[in-house]
Amino acid sequence: MNTTTSPTLNEPAWFRRLLIGAGLAFLGLFLALPLAAVLTEALRQGVGAYLVALQEPVALAAIKLTLIAAGIAVPLNLIFGVTAAWAIAKFEFRGKSLLITLIDLPFSVSPVIAGLIYVLIFGAQGWFGQYLFENDIKVIFAVPGIVLATVFVTFPFVARELIPVMEEQGTAEEEAALTLGASGWQTFWRVTLPNIKWGLLYGVILCNARAMGEFGAVSVVSGHIRGETNTLPLHVEILYNEYNFVAAFACASLLALLALVTLAAKSFVEWRGQAQRALAPIALPAVQPST
Amino acid sequence: MATLALRRRSVIPGFGITIGFTLLYLSLIILIPLSATFIKSTQLGWGGFWTTVTAPRVVASYKLSFGASFLAAAINLVFGMLVAWVLVRYRFPGRRLIDALVDLPFALPTAVAGIALTAIYAPNGWLGQYLEPLGIKVAFTPTGVLVALIFIGLPFVVRTVQPVLQELKPELEEAAASLGASRRQTIFRVLMPSLWPALLTGFALAFARALGEYGSVIFIAGNMPMVSEITPLLIITKLEQYDYAGATAIAVAMLVISFLLLLIINLLQWWGRHRHQ
Repeated sequence: MNTTTSPTLNEPAWFRRLLIGAGLAFLGLFLALPLAAVLTEALRQGVGAYLVALQEPVALAAIKLTLIAAGIAVPLNLIFGVTAAWAIAKFEFRGKSLLITLIDLPFSVSPVIAGLIYVLIFGAQGWFGQYLFENDIKVIFAVPGIVLATVFVTFPFVARELIPVMEEQGTAEEEAALTLGASGWQTFWRVTLPNIKWGLLYGVILCNARAMGEFGAVSVVSGHIRGETNTLPLHVEILYNEYNFVAAFACASLLALLALVTLAAKSFVEWRGQAQRALAPIALPAVQPST
Repeated sequence: MATLALRRRSVIPGFGITIGFTLLYLSLIILIPLSATFIKSTQLGWGGFWTTVTAPRVVASYKLSFGASFLAAAINLVFGMLVAWVLVRYRFPGRRLIDALVDLPFALPTAVAGIALTAIYAPNGWLGQYLEPLGIKVAFTPTGVLVALIFIGLPFVVRTVQPVLQELKPELEEAAASLGASRRQTIFRVLMPSLWPALLTGFALAFARALGEYGSVIFIAGNMPMVSEITPLLIITKLEQYDYAGATAIAVAMLVISFLLLLIINLLQWWGRHRHQ
């Protein structure tokens, strides 16, 4: 249908070129240009200054904290995603669509509010504030708060990818395995997991990108203590506000690189997933708001 | 949840433990913390709550947040449709690369997007230096907010329309053409009616996302009270002044609006499914 030249089935060639040109101009202005700006600004004073900025101890501490937060949040939400998808896709029960809506809830909550709710619970004036203070446990303005806020904003990613994939696959294969004498665990590891692995990986990739890049929610609970509670995106903000643009863009370029790797990995998983099974329409990016 | 007992019998094991863990985790991470905002906001009483959420500076921020989000979503509606159409219907070099790049706003951390857009549109920036002599100011004005919100909402319409457009059968268009419809009539009378639910869903998703956005906006907005200050920033400002009750009141107002939008999005998707069948 794409090669047809019939004027009633396709637009005239000049009009097609006009549309392609307009689309590409829009994407160039809003996608390619910002990406180019990050990389250029980062290298404005040469590779030397760029590398020095990345080797600052506070920058390294920020990278480490970002890895810790994602390293805790992603596995937690992975386990949650698999269990939730198992319950929702393999069984019929009342209130299922309500449960799915609730799982999607963090997508429609402003990241700032995601941070605020934990301040209300664990902050100095919060529900547990007094108790935490007396026992010398720090949640807000410390690493646990950052992890919690990250878990909140990345909560739906894995579940949201897995539910449609698992629903599509139905229960016949699992039922066959169980009838043949496999245990529940064996069925999951040998039958279900191989079927959902691309969907799972896809969810994890998106979840990780958001976890490492989250700004608003983490900003509220972080307290911005240099070298201690600054994740990489927060470190970018501090450097930028200090007019240390080269360092800010150098750190930002790491995050931009992460984004590009994410996009490449995502395309690869989409391609493999489609080759493996009829996963095509489902594996398209989540319809709900994500990153 | 007594209703859970009403599930159909199945030989597959693990319902109890998986649904139990799901509900526990959901409650601990999402539901109980979110309910904290509603409980906290009652501290102010109805009068105090109303005064906080209708203060002039707050109302100005709603106007900016809603206006810019709506305009950004509308621009994304038009260009998202255009991009989806071009990607699905036409073949040109680099198409797959560009298709993958559309998701950049999902993958790029918002703070990075914020400083990059500021570097482009600041008065001495890449494009800003050419716009400045023309009297066009983008960064540090409401227009800057709009630019950031267009960026972060860009993928939604493309990604909701694309699959629907892919699944539309060419027979439909051939039938319309063979019955004597012009290309324009085919597009507006045959194609568009099937695309509307997807287009509106994408619009609503982009709008909802833009309303809550913080990271990409604060760098380019300039954050002047009454002029270029978005609602999420006001929550942060109040928190920094230790006005927890005030911050929570604004958060509750935003949450109520977000939940209404979520309801509309669900209705739109339901409409789309039923229309498709």
